[in-house]
Amino acid sequence: MSTEVVETTQETVSPIFGRLSLDWIPYHEPILVGTFLAIVLGGLAVLAVMTRYRLWVPFWKNWVTTVDHKKIGIMYMVLGFIMMVRGFADALMMRAQQALAAGGAEGYLPPHHFDQVFTAHGVIMIFFVAMAFVTGIMNFVMPTQIGARDVAFPFLNNFSFWMTVAGALLVNVSLFVGEFARVGWLAFPPLSGASFSTGPGMDYYLWSLQIAGVGTTLSGINLIATIFKMRAPGMKLFDMPVFTWTALCTNVLIVAAFPVLTATLTLLTLDRYLGTHFFTNDLGGNAMMYVNLIWIWGHPEVYILILPIFGVFSEVVATFSGKPLFGYKTMVWATACIMVLSFVVWLHHFFTMGSGASVNTFFGITTMIIAVPTGVKVFNWLFTMYKGSVRLEVPMLWTLGFIVTFTIGGMTGVLLAVPPVDFQLHNTLFLIAHFHNVIIGGVVFGVYAAVTYWWPKAFGFRLDDKWSKRTFWFWCIGFYFAFLPLYALGLMGATRRMQQYMDTGWQIYFIIAACGAVLIAFGILSTFIGFAVSIRNRKALACGPDPWNARTLEWATQSPPAPYNFPQVIEVHGRDEFWRMKQTGFKWSTHYTPIHMPKGTGTGAVISLFALAFGFAMVWYIWWLAILALFACIAIGIAHTFNYNRDYYIPVDEVAHTESKGATA
Amino acid sequence: MLKPFKIPLMLLLAVSLSGCQYDVLHPSGWVAGQERNLLIISTLLMLIVIIPVIFMGVYFPWKYRADRPDKSDYEPDFAHSNKLEVLIWSAPVAIVIALGVFTWIYTHRLDPYRPLDLAHAGEPIEVEAVSLDWKWLFIYPQYGVASVNELAIPVNRPVNFRLTSSTVMNTLSIPALSGMVYSMAGMETRIHMIADEVGTFAGRSAHYSGPGFSQMTFDTDAMSDADFDAWVSSARAEGTALTRDAYLALEKPSIGNPVTLYTDPDPELFERIVGLCVEEGKVCMDQMMMTDMHGGGGLAGIGDKAAYEYDGQRMIDGFGNLMQAPGAGLIDGNDDTGANDAPDVQEHTRSAPAMEHN
Repeated sequence: MSTEVVETTQETVSPIFGRLSLDWIPYHEPILVGTFLAIVLGGLAVLAVMTRYRLWVPFWKNWVTTVDHKKIGIMYMVLGFIMMVRGFADALMMRAQQALAAGGAEGYLPPHHFDQVFTAHGVIMIFFVAMAFVTGIMNFVMPTQIGARDVAFPFLNNFSFWMTVAGALLVNVSLFVGEFARVGWLAFPPLSGASFSTGPGMDYYLWSLQIAGVGTTLSGINLIATIFKMRAPGMKLFDMPVFTWTALCTNVLIVAAFPVLTATLTLLTLDRYLGTHFFTNDLGGNAMMYVNLIWIWGHPEVYILILPIFGVFSEVVATFSGKPLFGYKTMVWATACIMVLSFVVWLHHFFTMGSGASVNTFFGITTMIIAVPTGVKVFNWLFTMYKGSVRLEVPMLWTLGFIVTFTIGGMTGVLLAVPPVDFQLHNTLFLIAHFHNVIIGGVVFGVYAAVTYWWPKAFGFRLDDKWSKRTFWFWCIGFYFAFLPLYALGLMGATRRMQQYMDTGWQIYFIIAACGAVLIAFGILSTFIGFAVSIRNRKALACGPDPWNARTLEWATQSPPAPYNFPQVIEVHGRDEFWRMKQTGFKWSTHYTPIHMPKGTGTGAVISLFALAFGFAMVWYIWWLAILALFACIAIGIAHTFNYNRDYYIPVDEVAHTESKGATA
Repeated sequence: MLKPFKIPLMLLLAVSLSGCQYDVLHPSGWVAGQERNLLIISTLLMLIVIIPVIFMGVYFPWKYRADRPDKSDYEPDFAHSNKLEVLIWSAPVAIVIALGVFTWIYTHRLDPYRPLDLAHAGEPIEVEAVSLDWKWLFIYPQYGVASVNELAIPVNRPVNFRLTSSTVMNTLSIPALSGMVYSMAGMETRIHMIADEVGTFAGRSAHYSGPGFSQMTFDTDAMSDADFDAWVSSARAEGTALTRDAYLALEKPSIGNPVTLYTDPDPELFERIVGLCVEEGKVCMDQMMMTDMHGGGGLAGIGDKAAYEYDGQRMIDGFGNLMQAPGAGLIDGNDDTGANDAPDVQEHTRSAPAMEHN
């Protein structure tokens, strides 16, 4: 096959449709057309069911406009699972391509498509799966753990969620209208600049991350304010459950790091749209500046993902060992250490960009130092089980799978922190295996632990045990099948992001890795079957407010919790308050007072819809729509400040009624 | 707990014994050998703490399971122990200190900027490596030859690389000889390596750089001094001259470029590639910085912006095809930088280099 490189002319920009034309609809790509049809049919089915059962009004009233942190948390989890299916489909496509394309074979994905797939996989998995999951868990759990009725800024919480959804939608629009970026998930210039990423793909990347980033930053501010201002009376900082501590540290990291991402992407946007030269090769631009800036956000980002998960495991391991967490204060200080240290290690992502030996040594050693508090945490979980009474329920299985898997991933991570070793392993599949080892073995296992642990709290019934265990074993074994071969390939010098490779000796490893990905696919399938089976058997699986004999305050609420969480304000006396309440035979008083609650509003969803329109218009240079949509966002935001009808009281009768129902459940 | 892992582990063991080329673990050059040693030292050091952790992670939940026969050792309030605290902080700290010492020593010893001073090594050879879209250009200034997608080096002689790139970032990666270092446009990086044995080693770019990235590979042929001299002679005999114009034709995007040899590379070529000024009439980066240091071009300088522009003339579409730049052809005699004879991007023929994509 011979491809002549030909000169193509610049596209034209129409005043109405911008640069959007029919040529940008990928109707000649069978994979995309099939996906599109499946989504349209599925979407139509959902719309039909919702119309048939008259679910539109309840959906709007109870979910879209809700400011209830628990429902928003659940919606984040739904978003995470949906986007996980999308991101995982990308993973399967890559694994299939690399299993085929050896020794001169082309495989079935040309570079133009394959390069979009790996970029989309990374972006989606980090920003719309992992971030959605951890934000969802923090939203659902943290306010109830500190005895609060909601977050500090309930409307802002709703708005943050819908901005995240708008970003996720924009990424998915790129699947059927135009293309996505072909730059890798961090979009290093000059490749991501105006000259080497022409077309709308890179602009989809920029605007979807900017829109979702607004949500993430505001959510971080919101949750910090909640932790500092909304704790139940008597709860000192060192009485907070460890999950709340990790949520605090994570949100501090979000507030400190995400503005860097926003600024960096803004500079790149200026380069692409206005012809500035921050990161170009010519006219004084410097691409390495982008690399520094993006990793100053990017490294804390991985701790943003993992810290709350450390909190999840801390809660799970204490509950199922029948003991308080070993070394609570150590755990808190270790978390704080990680939070601070995560800002002084970013250069280890580019030891190979020519910095001197002393600089590399400094950043190598700071990176290794992070392994100390992380190691301490692992020991704390182990010694929590020591002399305990360990129940191997499903959340505990995930925890044990995590301890073994994450330890291995931590070891390979420290290896990569040694600069001369990194010279060999940088950008190889060894690196890919390492970060999947900690993100799957850490974040994903932790999310599953959290889902099985808090599901009964959210819905009032447990998840089916058999399917939950199947999910665990498929994921766990699938992970090792999928990523141990990549460690081996890395040691053979195989690079990441290869659409094809000549060395046929590598192929068997890629085939094993593809089989591992199929096992993980069964794990994901088991998850959804498990959800369906559990919902069908919810009567048999129904449980009381405290099915696990847990220790922290969220279990003092009903299952599912009433909108106000707690009928009365709780007086906290120390750590593991709920455990103490159970020991002392605490009973809620039947003397109720009206409860002050925030009112739902559709403003967040509407602004986000316009933000989505703005993003789409900017991607396609549809300037009139961009101006209108941006104006609408600002105008609606200002108009909302005049909405004084934003709270209400739940009357005593209703509280009494809800509580009596909860008592019999 | 461990049972389900047995199958994949055994399978992987079987596959790894099947004779694949573990370049990182069985290197053929001193630098990569040192890096391999450090990899093994670090792994062993960490296993001191990793193995007990994994053991405890399996043993504790079994030993302290809720339905064990004798629960007399259950201590429901045990949550603190100074002895254990000291242990769990000091064990990782000790290992990190040990690792830190090794890191310090080896990172300085293997600094890519440091020329190799090995007793057994011969006279070093200089290679100027340029990552182009999507191929590698190697210039041998001492020998007056150059090659595309083939790196010929003599064994037991240090190779001193200077690296740069024509457009986007890449890394020069020859795992059998050394770790990788980035090549970046407008910047120069360095790396030093040596081949200890005759052989052909895989080389490639290991940083994703666009549509032709996967085919951006080359063979590194380490050969005896006599063979190397013969290779140089054949390059001189077969190759065409690598003038600045020839380079500008070569740097146009192409995928899966065949091995090509050149002779008489322009002596300023590498400096000019780094300075983004191979094209006649472009101002080199060092001159630009000098001008900026003295206050910049001022208002008068706006007119000759084209003399500093570079990226826009190398614009590509999503498939790697060169696009017509919006500002192409701006340099047409209305400036005072002597850019009158600057070639228009469009004027280059598309015949050289061959664009075989296979």
